[in-house]
Amino acid sequence: MGDARQIIANRAAQELETGMTVNLGIGIPSLIPNYLDPSTRVFFHSENGLLGFGPAPRVNPDWALSNAAGYPVSIVKGASYFDSTTSFGMIRSGRIDLAILGSLQVSCNGDLANWIVPGKRVPGVGGAMELAYGAKRLIALMQHCEKNGQPKIVTTCTLPLTATRCVRRIITEMAVFDIDENGLTLAELMPGFTVADIRNHTEADFALSDKLNAMHHD
Amino acid sequence: MDRFNKVADYAIIKPLFFDGMTLLFGGFGGVGTPPTLVDCLIESGVKDVHLIGNDAGFPWIGIGKFVCLKRAVSLIASHIGSNPIAGELMHDGALKVEFSPQGILNERIRSGGVGLNGFLTEIGKGTLLAENKPLVTIQGKEYLYESPLTGDLGIVYAKKADTFGNLVFDKTARNNNPLIAMAAKTTIAEVEEIVDMGELDPEEIIVPGAYINYVVPTRGINWKWIWEMQGK
Repeated sequence: MGDARQIIANRAAQELETGMTVNLGIGIPSLIPNYLDPSTRVFFHSENGLLGFGPAPRVNPDWALSNAAGYPVSIVKGASYFDSTTSFGMIRSGRIDLAILGSLQVSCNGDLANWIVPGKRVPGVGGAMELAYGAKRLIALMQHCEKNGQPKIVTTCTLPLTATRCVRRIITEMAVFDIDENGLTLAELMPGFTVADIRNHTEADFALSDKLNAMHHD
Repeated sequence: MDRFNKVADYAIIKPLFFDGMTLLFGGFGGVGTPPTLVDCLIESGVKDVHLIGNDAGFPWIGIGKFVCLKRAVSLIASHIGSNPIAGELMHDGALKVEFSPQGILNERIRSGGVGLNGFLTEIGKGTLLAENKPLVTIQGKEYLYESPLTGDLGIVYAKKADTFGNLVFDKTARNNNPLIAMAAKTTIAEVEEIVDMGELDPEEIIVPGAYINYVVPTRGINWKWIWEMQGK
């Protein structure tokens, strides 16, 4: 079994479709381009004022052409530079088709907690609240449980929230969940896991998708 | 001061910094933070500074170099994750940090720079960041009021300026610099190249010189980026 983070990024790469404007958060989402099918043509948005970035240049990196983490990138044809208000205007007003963010906890109604662990890590919120608010579709990526086994898909988030009712899909190394007004639905099992495994490692209640239900009754 | 020749040297700039001032700084993780002006700020010896900017840089990059000297008393930023020393100072109570969502922070700076009085938003509702912010109800819907930000001094980085202070930026080193440039009472632009008036295409100018008080030539980036330090 491979590294959980790579498994999650590989599955998440399938969420990108040609033509989309996509924002990838730091952490696991930043691994997604490594798994993207070359025939899928998307525009990547970066908070620091760039729409249409490509891979890191092999030669002559330019410090003034970087992603939001400060690492050098290249640009694709049609790329643009803009200031921070235009960048976030794009986010808040729904011009980002898909945002994929790393996460600490997600609740069964789609509340997202990903910016602070009180008393431990207080890095600050960055652009997460606005991506959660404005992106047309928000996917949260995380390992299914904490290192100590504590489930991260919960009935109510215990960590301070980034935004309420914003996550539409959760991808972990064990499963894919969808969230809508009816709550949490288990949509897919990742290779090697059963519905029972998911129940044992998920605090929140969930329904089974029609497809999984059919398989389960076979 | 000659309004059409704002080019200055650092000896003129240094006395502009003062104890207790509110300083707005441009840059995103140090990219677009003016390196020579940060050094000038450090050399000026000022203390009790209130900082406003996107982040706390890295301990050896951008405004982070100043933050680590414990001469700032407060910081309004969107994150400090790249500067662990800023985090320690915050925990010890030596640096008061106010977090603002990144785009909201930039709009607050913009609001201050364009003579507006703040704005309403739903961003941050139901979170810790809504604490102490006025809630406004309009037509049955609740919004947070976000106040404008201004400062005594602003320091920005640009690719090119003419002597009037019209500014042209450099790719992602633009980031919040155009907003910062508008929001301070006095703004100093550190630039790579200074040209005569008339040499910039008016269509390419991002910040009009009316917002700029001083233009200084950069001595260049004098820190190692994090990507230059890895695998070497």
